[in-house]
Amino acid sequence: MAESTRRPARRLADAPEQVARREEFSPAMRWLIYGILIFGAIIMFLPFIWMVSSACKPQAEINIVPMTFIPQNVSCLQNVTELYENSEDFNRNLLNTAIMTIGRTLGQLITCSLAAYGFARFQFPGRSVLFALCLGLLMIPFQAILIPEYLLIRSLGWRNTFMALIVPGAFSVFALFLLRQAFLQIPLELEEAATIDGANPLQVLWYVTLPLSIPALAAFAVITIQAAWNDFLYPLVVANAEETRVVTIGISLLQGQRDTPWNLLMMGSLIATLPMLVLFVLLQRYFIEGVSMSGVKR
Amino acid sequence: MATQTDLQSTWSPKYLLGRTPLSRRRALWGLALVAPNTLGLLFFFGIPVVLSFVTAFHEWNGIKPPIFNGLENFQTLLNDPKFWQALGNTLKLVLITVPIGTLLSLSIAILLNQRLHGRSFFRTLYFLPVVTSTVAASIVWAWIFQAHYGLLNNLLAGFGLLDLNWLTRPDLVLIPIAVVTIWQRVGFYMILFLAGLQNVPRSLYEAALIDGATRWQRFRYITVPMLSPTTFLIVVLSVIGSFQIFDQVFIMTARTAAGGVGGSATTLSYYLYQKGFVGGEFGYASAIGLAMFAMMLAVTIFQLRLQRRWVYYESTDG
Repeated sequence: MAESTRRPARRLADAPEQVARREEFSPAMRWLIYGILIFGAIIMFLPFIWMVSSACKPQAEINIVPMTFIPQNVSCLQNVTELYENSEDFNRNLLNTAIMTIGRTLGQLITCSLAAYGFARFQFPGRSVLFALCLGLLMIPFQAILIPEYLLIRSLGWRNTFMALIVPGAFSVFALFLLRQAFLQIPLELEEAATIDGANPLQVLWYVTLPLSIPALAAFAVITIQAAWNDFLYPLVVANAEETRVVTIGISLLQGQRDTPWNLLMMGSLIATLPMLVLFVLLQRYFIEGVSMSGVKR
Repeated sequence: MATQTDLQSTWSPKYLLGRTPLSRRRALWGLALVAPNTLGLLFFFGIPVVLSFVTAFHEWNGIKPPIFNGLENFQTLLNDPKFWQALGNTLKLVLITVPIGTLLSLSIAILLNQRLHGRSFFRTLYFLPVVTSTVAASIVWAWIFQAHYGLLNNLLAGFGLLDLNWLTRPDLVLIPIAVVTIWQRVGFYMILFLAGLQNVPRSLYEAALIDGATRWQRFRYITVPMLSPTTFLIVVLSVIGSFQIFDQVFIMTARTAAGGVGGSATTLSYYLYQKGFVGGEFGYASAIGLAMFAMMLAVTIFQLRLQRRWVYYESTDG
C-alpha cells in the first residue's frame, strides 16, 4: 500500500512488468496474508481432524480432559466393529445411498442431456415457454412443497421404495441448464457435418455432442452425485423404512440415541463422508468447474 | 387466389410445427427430446406446487378425507406463537449467516486471487466442507460444541471462559447452527467470487495503476462494482439457503431437546416438518410451506428491486 502511494501519480511510459510489480504486496504483507490463510485453513480443517481423531479413540479416552488430538490407544477398527453392532444395518444404509446416487445420476444424465440438446439445437413451438417454466421450478423451495410431494409419492404407492428415492430425482432443472450451456458452446458445423453424413439427432448427440462435452458432463456428474449422496430431508420423509434407509438417516438415528458414544458417531460420520472426500480430491477440477458454471449469469 | 390459399395453409394445423417438411421434422425431434425431462419435472414438482395450494386450504390429518376450511390454516398461523418463534429464529439465522458467510468468502477469494504459493492447496482445503453432508457436518460440530467435553469449550477454557452449554441454552443455540452453515458454505461462495474476480478485466487495474490509484481505491472503485453481480447472486442464494435450514437443527438438537429447548432452535422448515410428519397436520404444514414460499419470493423480489441501486452490470453482451 505504502509502496504504491509513494510513487508519482502519473507515469504513462511504465512498462507492463513494472505495473505488475507495483501490484504485488510487500514481503511483510505477503506473510500476513499467508498467516491469515493458514489460520483460516486450520479452522476449516479442524473439524475433519477432530472427526478422525475422535473416530479412532476408544470410548474411555473420548471424555478425557485435557483432550489430545492423537489417540493413546488407536482403535479405529474396533470402533468400526462397534458401530456396526450399534446401528441396525450400516452396510445396507451405505448400499441404499449408493443405489439412490447412481440411479439419480444416470437418470439425470439421460433425461437432461436429451432435454438440453433439444432446447439448445431445435426450434419447436413453445420452446421458450417450456424452458422458462423449467427455470421457474428452480425458484420453488423444496420445503414449500414437501407435504404435497410426500402425498404424491404416497398416492403412487411408492413410500419406502427405491422408486421414491430415485425417480423424482432423475429429473433436474439445474442439470438441464448446465448441459444446455455446454452444448451451446459446441461448434454447430460439427453436428451439421454428422447430420449430412446421415446421422439422426440421437446419433449426433451420442457420437458428437456428448463426447465433446466431457468436462461439463463430469462437472454435472460430481455435483449430482454429491447432492444425492448427502440428501437427507426427502429420504427421511418418503423412505425411512429399514430396507430403504439411506446413510444420512442411518447416522442421524445413531445421533438421536442419547447413549451412542461420540467415538462411534464420529466413525459413522467419517465412513459416510469418506467417499465424497475421495471423489472430491480425485475430481476437484470438475467440482470447481461445476460450481463456477452454476454462478455464471444467464 | 394464390395468396389466399397461402394464408389458409399457414394457419392449418399442419404448419404449426414449421413451414417446410424438414423444419417440421426437427420440431418433432425437439419436442421428443425435451419431453421426458419436462414431463418428469412437471409431474414430480409441478403437481406438488399446484397441490400445495389445495392442501393449504384444507384441514387434513392425512388419513381421514380432507375438509375444506378456507383461510383457517392461515388465521391459525398468524395467531400461532410457535410459528412466530420459528420465523424469528429463521430470520436471525439469515441475519447471522448471510453477511458473515458473504464477507468471509469474499475475503478468502480476494486473498487467494493474489499470486501466492499453494493457492490450489488452500482452495482445496476451504472447499472441502462443501462436499460433506450437512448431516455429518452437524454431528461433528455438535460434538465440538458439546458441553464439558466438547473441543470448543476446552479450547475456550484456555482463555479463562466458562463452560457453555451451547446446544441447550436458548440464547446460544443458534450460534452452533449458524457456524455449521457458514463453515459449509464459505468454500462454495469463495469459488463463485474467484470466478467473478477472474472476469474483472486486467486493463481496468492497469489503467488505475497508471493513474496512481491506491490499493484501497482499486478495490473500492474497480473490484467492488465489477464483482457486484456475483455478490448479488451470492446474497440471493444464501438468503434462500438460510431460509431453509433444516438438517442442522434436526441433528444438533436431537440429543438434547428436538428443536432446541422451548423451540429455541426451531426454524420454519423444522416447524413444518414437525407439524406435518410428527403432528400429522398436513393442511397446516402446507400452509406453513406456502407462507415460506411467499416470504422467500417477497425477499427475492425486494432484492431484485434493490439491486438497481448497487449492482453494476457491464453493458457488453456476455
